[in-house]
Amino acid sequence: MIESASLLAVLPELILTAGGLVLLMIAAFSGDAAARVVNWLSVLTLLVAGLALSTSVANGPVAFNGLVRADAFSVFAKALIYAAAGAAILLAPRYFLAGSALRPEYPVLILFSSVGMGMMVSAGDMLTLYVGLEMQSLAAYVLASFMRQDERSSEAGLKYFVLGSLASGILLYGIALLYGFTGSTSFEGIAVAMGDGVGRGELFGMVFLLAGLAFKMSAVPFHMWTPDVYEGAPTPVTTFFGSAPKVAAMALTVRVAIEALGPAGLDWQQIVIFVALASIIFGAVAAIGQTNIKRLMAYSSINNVGFALIGLAAATPAGVAATMSYMAIYVVMTIGGFACILQMRDAQGRPVESIASLAGLSQSRKGLAAALAIFMFSMAGIPPLFGFWAKFLVFDAAVAAGLTALAVFGIAASVIGAFYYLKIIKTMYFDEPADAYESRGGPVENVILTACAVVIVVGYLLNPALDHASAVAAASLF
Amino acid sequence: MDGFPILSLMMAVPMAGAIACLYAGANQARWIALLATLVDLALGILLWANFDQSGSGAQWQFQEYAPIFGRFAWALGIDGIALVLIMLTVFLMPICIGASWEAIQKRVGEYMAAFLFMEVLMIGVFTAQDLYLFYVMFEAGLIPMYLIIGIWGGADRIYASYKFFLYTLLGSVLMLIAMMWMVHEAGTTDIPTLMTYNFDPQVQVWLFLAFFASFAVKMPMWPVHTWLPDAHVQAPTAGSVILAGVLLKMGGYGFIRFSLPMFPEASAQLAWLIWGLSMVAVVYTSLVALVQTDMKKLIAYSSVAHMAIVTVGLFAFNQAGIEGAMMVMLGHGLVSGALFLCVGVIYDRLHTREISRYGGLSINMPKYAVLFLLFTMASIGLPGTSNFVGEFLALMGIYQVSTWVALVCTTGIILGAAYMLYLYRRIAYGEQKNADAAAMPDLSAREIWLLAPIAAAVLWMGIYPESFLAPMRSDIRALEARIASAAPAGDSKIKMGPAIPTAQAHHEEEAAHGEAH
Repeated sequence: MIESASLLAVLPELILTAGGLVLLMIAAFSGDAAARVVNWLSVLTLLVAGLALSTSVANGPVAFNGLVRADAFSVFAKALIYAAAGAAILLAPRYFLAGSALRPEYPVLILFSSVGMGMMVSAGDMLTLYVGLEMQSLAAYVLASFMRQDERSSEAGLKYFVLGSLASGILLYGIALLYGFTGSTSFEGIAVAMGDGVGRGELFGMVFLLAGLAFKMSAVPFHMWTPDVYEGAPTPVTTFFGSAPKVAAMALTVRVAIEALGPAGLDWQQIVIFVALASIIFGAVAAIGQTNIKRLMAYSSINNVGFALIGLAAATPAGVAATMSYMAIYVVMTIGGFACILQMRDAQGRPVESIASLAGLSQSRKGLAAALAIFMFSMAGIPPLFGFWAKFLVFDAAVAAGLTALAVFGIAASVIGAFYYLKIIKTMYFDEPADAYESRGGPVENVILTACAVVIVVGYLLNPALDHASAVAAASLF
Repeated sequence: MDGFPILSLMMAVPMAGAIACLYAGANQARWIALLATLVDLALGILLWANFDQSGSGAQWQFQEYAPIFGRFAWALGIDGIALVLIMLTVFLMPICIGASWEAIQKRVGEYMAAFLFMEVLMIGVFTAQDLYLFYVMFEAGLIPMYLIIGIWGGADRIYASYKFFLYTLLGSVLMLIAMMWMVHEAGTTDIPTLMTYNFDPQVQVWLFLAFFASFAVKMPMWPVHTWLPDAHVQAPTAGSVILAGVLLKMGGYGFIRFSLPMFPEASAQLAWLIWGLSMVAVVYTSLVALVQTDMKKLIAYSSVAHMAIVTVGLFAFNQAGIEGAMMVMLGHGLVSGALFLCVGVIYDRLHTREISRYGGLSINMPKYAVLFLLFTMASIGLPGTSNFVGEFLALMGIYQVSTWVALVCTTGIILGAAYMLYLYRRIAYGEQKNADAAAMPDLSAREIWLLAPIAAAVLWMGIYPESFLAPMRSDIRALEARIASAAPAGDSKIKMGPAIPTAQAHHEEEAAHGEAH
């Protein structure tokens, strides 16, 4: 007998599932003509699901006997995921229209992916975790190859699928090992079993589990798929990959590390520290030579995941709060950055991806160049932009937890990263103008762009609210 | 003035001007920028007039506090040291705008906006009373300066802009980590509180080094000065003025506001490092300046030498030294700014900075030659000009602590005279070997208006330095008292003679004598 409280706790997922199924029917029966309507309806579904978050947390935190947890942490992550997914839907139509691939399946797939992500971040059990992760991934594989007739897109989808399955296998193997050695699949059960010391088998399981999660986050050394998939996938899909699934994977990792592997803190801490520093340095160094802006954003996302993980490495409530705040700010920067990249269209409206084509943008499209410059400076972590605050929070948490050396190396490596962000600004502001882009962006793109830029510029005023929300979210894990 | 947020207003005016400039046409932008900077100058004068410099009032004045950023606050306030640096900033800004009036023809609105934004941040650095607010202001200055060098700079501007940005960024991030550690340790971000907090002397060394990494690059000290000649040479004239005039002072301000009062023991322990680097800088960069063929590079290297005098003055741990360091900072801010303007004047006419392309300018540009001579003499430190006061005090201060350092650093004045007089001779005297240089017209009214105020200020500071020393005196005295316990013992073995009784004391003595009778 399922209790109604449990059902109410997963209300957002229920709404998204029902909405997705209904919209799928609409899509199937009215064809591509309904694409725009379905687009707006899916955003509406995400909005309703977002509103239902308050109901879910009121009936949480434990639902379905611990399989699902509807706590403040999951609400924080889901709010971010839904917002990012909504933006990815809204930004898409113009791009797909240009490639004559405007189809209603796109928003529906994003809805299903969101259901999966919702399950990931509120998982209380390894099985919920795996089902959520696979649901998200399957939708993502299809999304990556959404432009069927485009070779790069198909290649990206295939690559993502093969490597993603491998990672899922590794993850599943880790789960199996943990189950074998602890006798439980629930996070609580694993934590209790590990409470008497971490055995060798448990350690192996943990390493495999973290490896699989690192793949989903695209953290070094499991990042190889990211540049290819980011480059090949249609740009709106890349926008989506760069934002919502990152949040979901990061939140999931945080939850697993704190709730399930909490007693093994000292063991996973060193793994996380290595992964964080490696991601920061590799993401920064490898990005320098890139000529394609989407590849550059892929390396940038690897770099950013590294910074976010520094908060987790601290393994304190403040550290978790910092990681979640980092992801919130990162999502705004990423969505804003991609809203700029989506506007890189030549005079005929075809998308352009080379960084060189940005040359002299500050003279032909002042506003667009200024916005992209804001996002780039922000990603580089230069105050007074909000991206600085994201980095500040994770390093502050690391320093508070006594990881001063980690903070010093991490922040020194961030200077390497600043170089390639500066390169984009240099191209836009210092170079002589190249061929002009389309003279104006679409209204939806511009609204999203402006909103993100405003948040990045005056974000410090949001500090008290962000601090409070992330602290409450983090507290629910400890 | 009680409760009136004049410091916020001084930052709001240029900020509003910057936003307006972005949307204005070229000519409008010039006027908006000039107006905004002049309003700020007026506000600055008002600030100075209302500043209580009696020494009996509060150390921190015009304080504002608004905890709107969560972990840190919009906390402003100034003491005398900050006041004079703010005055330097607001004084130089209208001159910078004027210097760019005709030299900048492309993307004027953005240019003026960048400069006004720079002014906001510079005032912010000198007024911030919250550690993190200071850092935000300090770092944010990279963005407008990067754009100024990169967009409106010379041929090698891109290399110079990267070098400037990455060098200073790397220096600063380590300081941020140290700040976080301090805030966790002391439990506050309030700078005045931190200035009296006693950190463990062993940790102080690390904190000091982290702050040193940032301020030494900003200052710049040898051997991390190499970004400065590149940045100066490539930046437009006004960019060089603001870079040499104010941005370098942020390093000195950092030492005086953070390193010395917050880590007095570490400062004393590592004073040998500062002295050593400064001695090398004075001799080495002066010699390098001597062989330059590019005017801007020469002045840039001379800046490094002058800043070394500032650091030895600061790390003399006595009032004379610190007052001298402050006076050198102010004097150098004016003089190097003026020298860059002088270079800009002839660069605008001939579009080259090669010294050998000029010669005999005193014949066809007499007014220019007079003003240039004045600033050359001021840069050398001739008595009666601003730099003399500062260099004399700073060297006197260090003499009390280390005669060797004083000896080596004083050669800087001799070498300074050598390279500056050599520069002046090559440009203003001799025969007019190039026809185009000989045909250059003398200063226009606009250029005279740019240079005359600086000339007046240089003389004022040289003849009556009390106006500038008075606001700082009690703050520097407080600083001296704070670092007194750690101050290194002097090697000069100064034997103070018996104090000569002043007239008043004499009088009192007699009165006492009379009563006894």
